[in-house]
Amino acid sequence: MMEFILAKYNYWIYVIIMMIGFYAVIAKSNLIKKIIGLSIFQTSVFLLFISIGKVEGGTVPIYQGAEAVYINPLPHVLILTAIVVGVSVTAVAFALVVNIYREYGTIEENAILEMIKHDD
Amino acid sequence: MIEHFPVLVIVIPLVLALIAPVAGRFNRIYSWAIAFLATLFSFMVAVILLQQVMSSGTISYWMGGWEPPWGIEYVIDYLSAFVLLIVSFLAFAVTIFARKSVAEEIDEEKHPAFYGVYLLFITGLMGMIVTGDVFNLYVFLEISSLTGYALVAMGRRRRAPLAGFRYLVIGTVGATFILLGIGYLYIATGTLNMADLGLRLPGLFNSRLVITAFAFFAIGFSIKIALFPLHTWLPDAYTYAPSSVSALMASTGTKVGAYSFIRIIFTVFGVKVFLNQWVSVPYFFLIIASVAMLVGSILAIAQTNIKKMLAYSSVSQIGYIILGVFLMNPIGLQGGLLHIFNHALMKCALFMSVGCIAYKTGISNINDLKGLGFKKPYAMAAFTVGALSMIGIPLTVGFVSKWYLALGSLENGMWYLIPVIVISSILMLAYFWRVIDNIYFKAGEQIDVVKMPATPASMVIPTVIVAALCLVFGTLAFIPVGITEKAALLLLG
Repeated sequence: MMEFILAKYNYWIYVIIMMIGFYAVIAKSNLIKKIIGLSIFQTSVFLLFISIGKVEGGTVPIYQGAEAVYINPLPHVLILTAIVVGVSVTAVAFALVVNIYREYGTIEENAILEMIKHDD
Repeated sequence: MIEHFPVLVIVIPLVLALIAPVAGRFNRIYSWAIAFLATLFSFMVAVILLQQVMSSGTISYWMGGWEPPWGIEYVIDYLSAFVLLIVSFLAFAVTIFARKSVAEEIDEEKHPAFYGVYLLFITGLMGMIVTGDVFNLYVFLEISSLTGYALVAMGRRRRAPLAGFRYLVIGTVGATFILLGIGYLYIATGTLNMADLGLRLPGLFNSRLVITAFAFFAIGFSIKIALFPLHTWLPDAYTYAPSSVSALMASTGTKVGAYSFIRIIFTVFGVKVFLNQWVSVPYFFLIIASVAMLVGSILAIAQTNIKKMLAYSSVSQIGYIILGVFLMNPIGLQGGLLHIFNHALMKCALFMSVGCIAYKTGISNINDLKGLGFKKPYAMAAFTVGALSMIGIPLTVGFVSKWYLALGSLENGMWYLIPVIVISSILMLAYFWRVIDNIYFKAGEQIDVVKMPATPASMVIPTVIVAALCLVFGTLAFIPVGITEKAALLLLG
């Protein structure tokens, strides 16, 4: 059992990090904490992709002769794109939170929902 | 030139999206004019692409000349050309509508940025339609989602940023699930090209990795298209967005999501993935779709805000599309595809006519519509046509797709789905009748004819045209039916 976990520890860590982020997204009332959770959630996927690019004994994918073993660079390229997406998501989210703060004067979701109830 | 049309349909709006905010600094009207030109161009290209597909079959465009599966491939077949045509036409119609509507609802200094983001949203949708590469699909999905969150948050009402934020949180979780699904498929096959995946996956259907990938895709796309239990972001987003944005997002956003889901199911996985599994996935989705059709309609009845009512009705319409898709036979799938087309037209007409009424009056409550049928005759006639179409009266588009969905259910021997379709339609009759009753048969006390501001022709004309198309394609139903028939047969192989 222990060996089974240790042999693929990257994947276990990816799942654990992902669930930590997901918990923050669901359970936290503070909007900034929600964004932090969302970032953690997205970052865990990067770890998965980087892990699958690993080749045993592989080296940097810069041409060093035909017999050299290289790691797979494609997942890295995909993740560069995904990181850019993640940064943009975070930026848009912060911009929205700034707007929400201007409207309601707080970033606690519970307090905002309370105010909305009074509005209606 | 013409062989580059599959990529120009994305590149032109993308480049113009960057120019629009800059040009708007000189004169506000330039940024609208650029959006107008970009959507007009996309629409014309979509018409040409559909003609090409009908005369010479599927078009495959190799990005940068790299041969797939190494390079990114853009594929235009019957289905993508058809959806491209719908989206580009409605984007064009909404852009005409948007000029006056945006001028009234959004602060003037934000107009250039608005049109930039608006064009990026359209770029994202177009990209999702034409791409034949799953990772490219994810990138375009994120482009359209991110701009979608920003567009929702530009609403005039106080709650708009919060609606946008909630949409962002749920939408990002969904998009990340789709990314995970792509990663799992890559682990299993080592390729990202949809056609190539379609060739390699059938041997791996017993692998838990592939089944997990499907589960990630199913949940991710269910969030993106607002399928029933995951629909919670949709009502607020549509309600508090500016009128033109609700019209565009309601008619194209979820439809393109549904299109991508269909691509993933049929082109990437293929129908055989559902055989020999421990649970019948199509059956599960049919149940969800039926519940969505009923619950969406019931929740719509409870609303007093007209935009929120239309938003909940979208939730039930998504149920119809998913019902057609998971019937897994040509006629049912054809019904689902037809419903993508029809619902796009109907919802666009409904949201635009609501936008016409809200122009300068800010009316959003159903009770305030009393007697408006004679004060705003064109907008209200468009609303009525859209509403009748939603209910599924013969000679409107709504009837055609419901007919095919019913036939598809019979083909599978699932006669018990027909009462669900009928009951959902009757519930729709209930909530639309309440509005139509107010419009035509109740005298209005609140607003005098004199005080009622005139709606600009540039808002009324696109509304009326889209509503008229509901009748045109309901009567001349053979046009969309012919195209979707070929598309459905191609998908089912």
